[in-house]
Amino acid sequence: MSAAARPLVEQPPDREPWPVMRGEHPAAALTDHLLAPLWRSSPTWWLLFGLSSLGTLLLLFTVTYTVARGIGVWGNNIPVAWAFAITNFVWWIGIGHAGTFISAFLILLNQRWRGSINRVAEAMTIFALVNAALFPLLHLGRPWFFYWLIPYPATMGVWPNFKSALPWDVAAVTTYFTVSLLFWFLGLVPDLASARDRAPSRLKRLVYGVFAMGWRGSGFQWQRYRVAYVLLAALATPLVISVHSVVSLDFSIAQLPGWHSTIFPPYFVVGAIYSGLAMVFVLLLPLRRAFGLYDIVTEAHLSAMAKLMLAMGLMLAYSYVVEIFMSWYSADFAEQYTYLTARPAGPYAIAYWIMTVLNVVTPQLFWVRRFRTSTRVLFLASIGILVGMWMERFIIIVTSLNRDFLTSSWHIYMPTWVDWGILAGSLGLFGFLFLLFVRFVPSVAISEVKELSIELGRDGAELAGAAGDA
Amino acid sequence: MPALFPPWTNVVARASLIAAVVLVVGVPAALMAWVRAPNATRRYEPVAQPIAFDHRVHVVGEHIDCRYCHFSVERSSTAGIPPTSTCVPCHSQTLLGSSTFAPVRRSMEANTPLQWKRVTSLPGFVYFNHAIHVNKGVGCESCHGRVDQMATVYQAAPLTMGWCLSCHRYPAAFVRPRAEVTAMGYAPRQPQRVIGARLVREYHVRRLTNCTTCHR
Repeated sequence: MSAAARPLVEQPPDREPWPVMRGEHPAAALTDHLLAPLWRSSPTWWLLFGLSSLGTLLLLFTVTYTVARGIGVWGNNIPVAWAFAITNFVWWIGIGHAGTFISAFLILLNQRWRGSINRVAEAMTIFALVNAALFPLLHLGRPWFFYWLIPYPATMGVWPNFKSALPWDVAAVTTYFTVSLLFWFLGLVPDLASARDRAPSRLKRLVYGVFAMGWRGSGFQWQRYRVAYVLLAALATPLVISVHSVVSLDFSIAQLPGWHSTIFPPYFVVGAIYSGLAMVFVLLLPLRRAFGLYDIVTEAHLSAMAKLMLAMGLMLAYSYVVEIFMSWYSADFAEQYTYLTARPAGPYAIAYWIMTVLNVVTPQLFWVRRFRTSTRVLFLASIGILVGMWMERFIIIVTSLNRDFLTSSWHIYMPTWVDWGILAGSLGLFGFLFLLFVRFVPSVAISEVKELSIELGRDGAELAGAAGDA
Repeated sequence: MPALFPPWTNVVARASLIAAVVLVVGVPAALMAWVRAPNATRRYEPVAQPIAFDHRVHVVGEHIDCRYCHFSVERSSTAGIPPTSTCVPCHSQTLLGSSTFAPVRRSMEANTPLQWKRVTSLPGFVYFNHAIHVNKGVGCESCHGRVDQMATVYQAAPLTMGWCLSCHRYPAAFVRPRAEVTAMGYAPRQPQRVIGARLVREYHVRRLTNCTTCHR
């Protein structure tokens, strides 16, 4: 286990450009090392799994309670009809964007470093989407009629309102989920075949064998596979832009100060990728430590992602400034009141300033090279950004709604324990799914990492090859 | 080491692909077909009544108008179920003495109404008014079918919202002269598009497709 021994030692960041891969890694050793988490567990895993299971139970309980009693158990009420549920929905779906961004955008841009982290990011996307889908369904009030959102020839003789952004939402999110799942699974096939070939028991061989779908790794299969993978990547790329744009239209087609703004689609997409990258860090950094991935996920990866996060943070800050400027420039009282008075100095001013500081100030750390590669700074900053992005959605939704056009309708929204329970529970479910993923599915794209090690001449095969040739 | 998957598993793999398609396409299609089936909408199911009342005898045999018994149909939201006293004057003493008429006799003696069973039942969240339909020229048979041919009355229409809307959207295709409202087996004397358009104008029939028309 030469590959296992080395990466456990964290290398001190030396100088840029950092290598995309460190050390010599023969293909077989890489496969063994990266598949190892599938065959053995650890007390830490069990501890985290237990905690996240408790979170999932909390979700189950609060959701059951909500369905049984009705959404009156939540804090939202007219005029704040959308509150935690939609905040959580937008937050989760935004997080889901980094997966496809890293997988699809970067493969088309030929960024080789994506291979080490794309699997984690894609899994994160799928689990985030599962969480996201939960909230609008619960928010329906009668979730068992969810299928009314889908256009199908119903006996009611009516169709969903195609002029509303909500059916667009359903189409965008289901498309995104389907494509993300296919993309993730397609990427997994060669690795599942590796798992099948190395599994210690017959049952595991059979299970991985079924999901590997007869993959043999022949040249013909690889050729077809590559074509399919890039085609799917090309298909997924526009979705990164479209899905959150559609989500933003839920807001911007409404004539409500704070929502009715043309900047929303790009502003939301940037925020989505921003929060998604932060979540990738939150998941990747502990994983890197637990599975000894220091040679594969190097400072090059951390730095590149931190730079992306800085870029997204700057674009988001620009969006904030433009929003405020436009409200002033519009000379419209309601707009000015929302952006210049209600948000910075209204009842939710604390959330507004938390959002501004965490989203705008935090990424400025990454101008400094040392911080771009410091796991501690990256981890804490990412958590800060995730909190900040949640606050952003809360501010957009609640502060726009709670001060209605008539002052007599003004209403202070406060979440109930069920609101908090569902939010905490959804984090639990996310952790639960992610922990199952790292335990049962190769969490690094083994075939891509092996390919990279050969391309970079880091597979230790030169000597053997030379000897064979002679 | 023997092969992990013997050759027959190829058949299973291919069959499961077909099964997946059937599941994804077939199950929703089957569900959509089922909700339209008479079994699901309770269509054509004869409803047993406390007395074997035969509409055929009364409508075809005796030429009794629907409104003789369903007296409030032009004025009320409900069509009206006749009191027992409506039955008695016509029927001879001998017939009333027969065993078939035992429930009627008991009803008369105890002064309690016959417990007729509702055949055409709309959900509680639907507001429906008979009078407005009849007065705007919607025939009885348009919704209740050929009651004159039913030994035991059954629900003739699917009663789905789509069925309601088919008329609410294009009332001109269904309306008839008020004088013909209770006619069974009605056929328009002029083409329906002519007569329908005229009646819609004459009776001020509107396309009422707002949610709150029926869901109040």
